[in-house]
Amino acid sequence: MPRKTAALQRKIRILVAKPGLDGHDRGALVLARAFRDAGMEVIYSGLLPSPEQVAQMAVDEDVDVVALSLLNGAHMTTFPKVKKLLEKKGGEKIVVVGGGIIPEEDKPKLRRLGITGLYGPGSSFEEIVEHVRSRVSKERRKD
Amino acid sequence: MLRGGEDPYWGKKARSVVEGRSRKGTLYDAKAIEQVREGLEQWERTVYKEWTDNRPEGADEVQTASGIHVKPLYTPADVSDADYSSQGFPGVYPFLRGIYPDMYRGRLWTMRMFSGFGTPEDTNRRLKMLLGHGETGLSIAFDMPTLYGYDCDHERAHGEVGRCGVNVSSLRDMEVIFRGIPLGEVSTSMTINAPATVLTAMYAGVAKKQGVPMSRLRGTVQADMLKEYIAQKEWAYPPEAHLRLVRDLMVFATKEMPLWNYISISGYHIREAGSSAVQELAFTLADGFGYVELGLEAGLRVEQFAPRLSFFFNSTMDFFEEIAKFRAARRIWATVLREKYGVKDKRSLHMRFHTQTSGASLTWQQPLNNIVRTAIEALAAVLGGTQSLHTNSYDEAWALPTEQAVEVALRTQQVIAEESGVPKVIDPLGGSYYVEWLTAQLEEEAYKYFERIDAAGGLLKAVKTGYLQREIAENSYRLSKRVEEGKDMVVGVNKYVKPEKEPIDTLKIDFRAQRAQTKRLAAVKRERDEAKVRAALAKLEKAFENDDSNAMYPMLDAVMRYATLGEVMGVGRKVWGSYKEPMLL
Repeated sequence: MPRKTAALQRKIRILVAKPGLDGHDRGALVLARAFRDAGMEVIYSGLLPSPEQVAQMAVDEDVDVVALSLLNGAHMTTFPKVKKLLEKKGGEKIVVVGGGIIPEEDKPKLRRLGITGLYGPGSSFEEIVEHVRSRVSKERRKD
Repeated sequence: MLRGGEDPYWGKKARSVVEGRSRKGTLYDAKAIEQVREGLEQWERTVYKEWTDNRPEGADEVQTASGIHVKPLYTPADVSDADYSSQGFPGVYPFLRGIYPDMYRGRLWTMRMFSGFGTPEDTNRRLKMLLGHGETGLSIAFDMPTLYGYDCDHERAHGEVGRCGVNVSSLRDMEVIFRGIPLGEVSTSMTINAPATVLTAMYAGVAKKQGVPMSRLRGTVQADMLKEYIAQKEWAYPPEAHLRLVRDLMVFATKEMPLWNYISISGYHIREAGSSAVQELAFTLADGFGYVELGLEAGLRVEQFAPRLSFFFNSTMDFFEEIAKFRAARRIWATVLREKYGVKDKRSLHMRFHTQTSGASLTWQQPLNNIVRTAIEALAAVLGGTQSLHTNSYDEAWALPTEQAVEVALRTQQVIAEESGVPKVIDPLGGSYYVEWLTAQLEEEAYKYFERIDAAGGLLKAVKTGYLQREIAENSYRLSKRVEEGKDMVVGVNKYVKPEKEPIDTLKIDFRAQRAQTKRLAAVKRERDEAKVRAALAKLEKAFENDDSNAMYPMLDAVMRYATLGEVMGVGRKVWGSYKEPMLL
């Protein structure tokens, strides 16, 4: 298999993370299971890591994707912080997706920063998994 | 149940409950039951079969939200083990039918709407509005920094101050929240856990300043740390340290604040985290037994503290299963307290509970539908005999509720109370073949769980190994998959979906609260007597280090001197360290 194809087909490594002061881990734990069943390698951050710790974990674990979940209303400060720290630590190629309780008007700003997905409660696994796959494959094609 | 395991009671009890369901009861005549069975069999073979003949295979594979298989019809044959003594009368053991003799005829449930956001001034205004609309009890939500015990100026608090509740960093904030509200006249429920001791001390402090004696204070703090490790995950220290503080609170309040409900044993969060009704029932009651054992360890008699323990349940969809859950909870609590812990006093045996409709059942799609969901859930709580009720607002899948949405939620309760006719008769579903069967079924499954938790080494061990958390996570994944696969329907989510978004007005919270709170905190620190604060905190540290002392007294002293929430909690962080939960994947 040519190297490029192998790279494109490599299993997706994903860090499911809950940065900040938020213990609502139901969505994160369910999604971690859904990503696992979709054939991805899943790493879960555990609770209450700082944005700094999330970014460090993502770089150390060499993940393709960081999936952020927040339900406490602090996404507009926390999500961009993780993204920025990733860039600082050499993880600028890591795809960042997010979800939780995110008001419509906050979404364009997050998307402009490259944080996409932004799924709310009741979104389908299929849709979320597909979104992650398509962003990763786009990112890998860039190489 | 709390520490250790292998208590023979649980295994024996689970077996006797199972066996009891197949014995012959006294409520129905054995010959009549035989006739019912024969009639039913004939009906299934002929009338039912003919009517449903061309239905697809598996159409009768119907289950409750907890996954309990249910038949199309229930008859006396399903409850033929019944003795009326196990149902009994309201206000009498085993309290299946209600804890008060007259239930809602005498007094309606307390309509208690949870609120709190932004600055203490914002919350003070919201509380006064609710009192003005006829609400009868206050209930306060705190923001994340407060729930975790950090001050508003801590770096971890950045962006979170006032977002999903009010921020309290020092006694001064509590003074503002309750400005103009006489604490001797109201009852206040504070949803606070890890810092529950600190907030209780602050409430007592505000009362002192208002000239109200501690002994007159009515209210509730949640202080249910076991469910924090199981579900809500807001802790500051390892479980043993938090349990010690809960013990101190029990002992302190028993003596000084006899009307204070110091633990609200909560199934709500266990359910919101994705558990089934069975798991909510079993884990919550197990926690309750854990606190009974904690009180006994502290040298209290059950009769001294059990009347101050209250419960807090979720009410979500699957109407009948929820009603059965509430009824089963009352009967289990009374039975185990009497059988295992030897309690005789009536007030210690009856389970009082608050109910909140389910936030997780609300959808962001077609948000007005949430009004209907909340109404159904509220009705289940009332039919289940709740003592107080919070109804969620339709916009809460989007953001904190607007005033209009809160008012509709409160009016929903008022319509049930004043117009539906439901409160007229006590436990009106008692005796329904289905509801009685389902009540017994949930009870049986709860007792089996008690046995498993005990076998896993008791509660403390079960949370430290992640057993209970994983049970919940697996169930929540099962539920999500059922929706994804179209086995469970949610209107507007996987059925009757509309493509367009419906914009609704939501409550906006900005950085105003963070700025205002940080400024006030700085002023508090400037104005207080620093040397006295340091001395009070040093005393508190000594108390934390000495397991045999009660930390509530030095804590009250420290907060009265305006030691901040973060400083008080910080002393504990220094003494006990923090806690990392086991891996839950």
